[in-house]
Amino acid sequence: MNLFWMTVITAFRALRRNVLRSALTMLGVIIGVGAVLTMVSIGRGANAAVQQEIQSLGNNLVMIIPGATTANGVHSSSGAAASLTVADATAITKECPAVADVAWAKRQVVQVVYGNQNWATAAHGVPPSYLSVRPWPLSAGRFFDQRDEAGASPVAVLGQTVVDQLFAAGEDPIGAIIRVKNVPFEVIGVLARKGQTAWGQDQDDVVLMPFLTAERRVLGTQILGTVDMVVVSAATADALPKVERQIRRLLRERHRTPPGQDDDFTVRDLNEIAEASKNASAVMMNLLLSVASVSLLVGGIGIMNIMLVSVTERTREIGVRLAVGARTEHILLQFLVEATALSLVGGAAGVVLGIVVTRLIASLAAWPTLLSAPAAAGAFLVAGAIGIFFGFYPARRAARLDPIAALRYE
Amino acid sequence: MAPGMRPLIRLRDVWKVYHLGDVEVRALRGVSLDIGAGEFVAIVGASGSGKSTCMNLIGCLDQPTRGTYRLGDVDVSTLSVNERAAIRSSRIGFVFQNFNLLGRSTALENVALPMIYANVPFAEQRRRARELLAAIGLHGREQHMPSQLSGGQQQRVAIARALANGPSLLLADEPTGNLDTQSSTEIMDLFLRLRRERRLTIVVVTHEPHIAEYAERIVTFRDGRIVSDVPQAPSSHAADAVRA
Repeated sequence: MNLFWMTVITAFRALRRNVLRSALTMLGVIIGVGAVLTMVSIGRGANAAVQQEIQSLGNNLVMIIPGATTANGVHSSSGAAASLTVADATAITKECPAVADVAWAKRQVVQVVYGNQNWATAAHGVPPSYLSVRPWPLSAGRFFDQRDEAGASPVAVLGQTVVDQLFAAGEDPIGAIIRVKNVPFEVIGVLARKGQTAWGQDQDDVVLMPFLTAERRVLGTQILGTVDMVVVSAATADALPKVERQIRRLLRERHRTPPGQDDDFTVRDLNEIAEASKNASAVMMNLLLSVASVSLLVGGIGIMNIMLVSVTERTREIGVRLAVGARTEHILLQFLVEATALSLVGGAAGVVLGIVVTRLIASLAAWPTLLSAPAAAGAFLVAGAIGIFFGFYPARRAARLDPIAALRYE
Repeated sequence: MAPGMRPLIRLRDVWKVYHLGDVEVRALRGVSLDIGAGEFVAIVGASGSGKSTCMNLIGCLDQPTRGTYRLGDVDVSTLSVNERAAIRSSRIGFVFQNFNLLGRSTALENVALPMIYANVPFAEQRRRARELLAAIGLHGREQHMPSQLSGGQQQRVAIARALANGPSLLLADEPTGNLDTQSSTEIMDLFLRLRRERRLTIVVVTHEPHIAEYAERIVTFRDGRIVSDVPQAPSSHAADAVRA
């Protein structure tokens, strides 16, 4: 232990002897570790943002949209068929035991007018159960209930973007009468701000109204009872595959789809989408990480280079040490400790750099970032390992010097 | 050496052959030499005569190509690199022509260096190094860097370093080659004193006749062979030092 600490002290002295050279040598490792830590922070931040997004959609959701139609050989886009109905949705509630809750929606882009302001937005006709399936708190007022639904009341709940567009700042929208496709609606509630989706869609640009109201007064549906989307929440995440299976069987039965023919609807597991986006961001992160790792590798080579120079410069010193009784392990250890000290000090500086850059990115570019202690510790340890790995060859070269030749070296 | 005495150093028909590219260099050609414990021997000869090669072998820095070398009761010719390092650490002290001090370490640290590799506890290293520096007359210069010391003082630090682990054998390769006459005399007198006080065996390689005069035996090398090995009465100056 005594010898080891002497070696460590000697190593730090050797590095302090030429501060500029040591600092430049460390630069590669500093940048490498800083880059790795920043990438991990950004990656984790993006991941957490996506996770939160998925969470805000609701837990354990299954989304069902109508399938594509094929009319006279022309294949239309998915969701075009009017094959999904409110009856399907209620049947799912009744017949699929693994289902916790069901909601549905019919959508259309409409023009809304208030006073001299107007705005094009998406009107969603939804049942009162909508907010329990897709959790979304209200910032003011109330949501419509079963009575509003049954009576097809002309009431609306607005998203924040719509409020911002129609109402002056500070004006209370509750109780105001707006016109949706020229039908007067009373604003009874305002949804809390949800922000953009990961793919840049403004979730707050929406007007919610009772399904019957939408169907009968606004959207002018040709076939009553059809919906654009059914959202089902499963009791647990584990139940999701079962829920999907039950829904698929039930809907095929209800739609009288012959065996062998494709479904006329699509069932999407939102957890799967979350998983997919997680994987996508993992791929991105790995890509960036590998680029950052190259910098670490280059840093390691820099250390090896400077250690080789150092061994050559100090050949005589090595000769003296060997002459006075140093064993090959002593010399090996000395240079290995020196290389490792370089890389560890560089690693520590890199961690600091990574934290600073992450903070800067978070505050300047407003990207979601998430610093992690394990990542910092990991990057630091990798730096140390690089020092040992790239320091080994020069150290072994030093340890294998012939004492006589080393003492004579000019 | 006196008849019947067991030699400390025993070289028997030692050859050392180097290959420099295609050229074969026979640095030593069948050298046999016994040096008893406590002897003060000067090895002289022209450069290229093999005297330094012989010194490196005696110092366990090198291995003979052929022949045997026993140091005390150890057959050095069969030892591994690290076993030889252990012998150098505990039994041999080196003094070089150009001092070979570590330039960025203090006098004290230079003296302590061999003790690091002998696993001497830190406090003990410091204590012994101080003692040694005082013994060679450099008390108060512990924290000086080699560059702040004169040549003679640097060589004395090197001698203190050579004595750090209490060796029985002191090997000096041209110890006065870089010193003026007065410093040379001081260093050689120091050798005599140390030999008497510490019962050291001293082997000095030199090409300066007045340095060789300090020894009680002169071994002359030429072309890799010993051509003469004669005892001599130590010079009057040296004798004075011994009496003092």
